Amino acid sequence: MTGFSPLEWAAIGLSVRVSLWATVLSLPFGIAMAWLLARRRFWGWQVVNALVHLPLVLPPVVTGYLLLLTFGRNGPGGRLLEQLFGMTLAFRWTGAVLAAAVMAFPLMVRAIRLGFEAVDVGLEQAASTLGASPVWVFATVTLPLILPGVIAGSVLAFAKAVGEFGATITFVANIPGETQTLPTAIYALLQVPGQDGTALRLVVVSLVIAMAALIASELLARAVQRRIGGR
Amino acid sequence: MLQAALAHQFAGFRLDVKFAVPQGVTALFGRSGAGKTTVVRAIAGLMRCDRAEVRLGERVLDAGGVHVPPHRRKIGYVFQDARLFPHLTVRQNLLYGQWFSGQRRVGFDDVVALLGLGVLLGRTPVHLSGGEKQRVAIGRALLSDPDLLLLDEPLAALDEAHRAEILPYLEQLRDELRLPMIYVSHALPEVARLATSIVVLETGRLLASGPAADILSDPSLAKVMGLRDAGSVIVARVAKHEPDGLAVLETAGGLVFLPGLAVAVGAALRLRIPAQDVILSRQRPEGLSALNILAAEVVSLTEVEGAAVLVTLRLADQRILARITRRSAAALGLAPGVACFAILKSVAIAGVV
Repeated sequence: MTGFSPLEWAAIGLSVRVSLWATVLSLPFGIAMAWLLARRRFWGWQVVNALVHLPLVLPPVVTGYLLLLTFGRNGPGGRLLEQLFGMTLAFRWTGAVLAAAVMAFPLMVRAIRLGFEAVDVGLEQAASTLGASPVWVFATVTLPLILPGVIAGSVLAFAKAVGEFGATITFVANIPGETQTLPTAIYALLQVPGQDGTALRLVVVSLVIAMAALIASELLARAVQRRIGGR
Repeated sequence: MLQAALAHQFAGFRLDVKFAVPQGVTALFGRSGAGKTTVVRAIAGLMRCDRAEVRLGERVLDAGGVHVPPHRRKIGYVFQDARLFPHLTVRQNLLYGQWFSGQRRVGFDDVVALLGLGVLLGRTPVHLSGGEKQRVAIGRALLSDPDLLLLDEPLAALDEAHRAEILPYLEQLRDELRLPMIYVSHALPEVARLATSIVVLETGRLLASGPAADILSDPSLAKVMGLRDAGSVIVARVAKHEPDGLAVLETAGGLVFLPGLAVAVGAALRLRIPAQDVILSRQRPEGLSALNILAAEVVSLTEVEGAAVLVTLRLADQRILARITRRSAAALGLAPGVACFAILKSVAIAGVV
């Protein structure tokens, strides 16, 4: 039960790498989108809000297929990335990052948006009367106060990314060593007779990663809350 | 000096005011809904009026196409609800404005001493009482090096004890810093203590503005400012302290005796005389326990609601108000020019001049 095979290690490593990148890369966009939805009312707000939440309600296979159509080798987005950066997403681990980020985005935005809505606009006004420009107000007042929401959103997004299956397998398939993450590896093992034991080991790994993420977020959130609330 | 002309149409309410604020403390007085907070928010740049012209000294803050954003106005704002940053300590809250203002006219240590904040510096706002929060908010605004300080009912959310705790600090600010202040309030006793001039608003319009003593002794404003609290302010000088514990003060209408006054001989004080605590008599009264009896002359009588009438009295160059019944006024034959005596049932010290 101890030693993992190289392919198992690859799946574990890839899952963590894909989820971390997906979380980190979508964070700035998540904060910006949460701000937009929480603080601005504009024409088309409903449409933007619906688009952000779409991956939550669409069958993941549909999201994955749409990603394939858009960012596949012959899709408009895929060709653009190829020409500009020489970058390919389809059937690569980078594509798995995109799939995970898109699927996790609504969860991240929802949590951070709650954070924005909890911030007293009066505090921001007070900061501006003390001489802070809008950028400084955001950096020194808003951002520290939404930090619990940012942490919660990041952990949710990370957990969602680790577990992401449908969109990933549709967009980047299940190539061992390249795009095979924990869930797709477990799925593949379960298709082969007599591999239940190996699958179970990866299930335990999934559990450990999920628990670690939840506990870390709880500790972090408590530390932040102590600073903010002074408790 | 601040000059402001503001006009804004709200749903069912129109604000249209124009006034100037001289040195010292200008009270922006009016009932709730008069538009006081709107006016200070517009001056601070936190809201945009339909039409606004605001000048602070040489600087144009609002005019035609100009709208200076709040962070470049150098106008300190003390909010009713303090609005301290919960994630920062008291010290960090106080220093917040100094990150952005270059020079500083008041030092950190001076403000800490002036407002008694020394023991609070390491705490976070959740551990402060309402009064302490408001003192920190005042200090924070002062340390941002403002050219004008706006105080929007800073005592309204506090109970009587905490109000009494903060008022002396505000008086000290007025007397020790040459910083013009606008003090929003609907509490007359507070205004009488602090204000050097008063702007009176009623439902979005300017009703009157001028030196505090003139506004407070104007009988036609008494109705708006609240008849129950109506009262005038006169200046008195401490003449001597008697061995029986009474201080003797000279006023334009004669001597006033006050107990327990710890102010040096020669100092000038502002005394507030509530209109309902003045009794009038045509002859100098004899055999009366009241000590404070001033010689005065009737200037005018103003009818107010019910059975009452407000009598404006002249003591040399100063004026006081007396609220008596219409029946008494008729019985005494009070009319402009008639000499009489004002018996003061209560006199409050509104501040040191």
